[in-house]
Amino acid sequence: MEKIYSKEQKQCDLVQAKPETIQFLLNFSKSLEITEAKGIQFETNLN
Amino acid sequence: MEAQFDDPILIKRYIKGDERALEALINRHNQRISSFIYSKVNDRGITEDIFQDTFIKVIRTLKKGTYSEEGKFLPWVMRIAHNLIIDHFRKNRRMPMYQGSDSFNIFSVMGDEKLNIEGQLIKDQIDSDLTLLIDELPPDQREVLVMRIYKDMSFKEISENTGVSINTALGRMRYALINLRKVISENDIILTN
Repeated sequence: MEKIYSKEQKQCDLVQAKPETIQFLLNFSKSLEITEAKGIQFETNLN
Repeated sequence: MEAQFDDPILIKRYIKGDERALEALINRHNQRISSFIYSKVNDRGITEDIFQDTFIKVIRTLKKGTYSEEGKFLPWVMRIAHNLIIDHFRKNRRMPMYQGSDSFNIFSVMGDEKLNIEGQLIKDQIDSDLTLLIDELPPDQREVLVMRIYKDMSFKEISENTGVSINTALGRMRYALINLRKVISENDIILTN
């Protein structure tokens, strides 16, 4: 019996965030500083 | 670091200031969270955006110290992603986006009626050429033509203003147009947009 194989073996790529996105998040995290004064939190982005 | 520590330990480390712990957390859950988002939105670009927004929220919450250990990290992140996906669909329902294809372009059906810059330049040129030609007409013909075309007056009003009969006004208008056409054709002037 004829065996039919699809030419495209990899039908479904695994979805992952790009390295650039991850790098952006890491940089964002490094630059983000939370300071608290009189019970109020302030966000500072030191970029 | 990735394989060594569980999520709660990585979170504690991150809260204490170890940025590498965040990298480990993102890398560990990248595929699951991305796949979850992609399964809902079916678009790589949007998946990337929602993934980024999700972790921005995660980072803010962790840095502010408002994250509670009660729930597990991954389900919490998934919940944030889920809420952002809902926001995305709500926003798109308010502002639906239409994309044209090769066979149908929305701009062929609807468009701006205003002239483009080139068209406006041509129109201005024609208007100024026409003004020069009108200035060459005999004064009585010019007067009727200007009143009719530029001032949008009826022939009755023209006759009252110029003190001639309606028929005379009509005749002057007719001769004004004949003379204009004659000058235009004799001088090979092109007045089209």
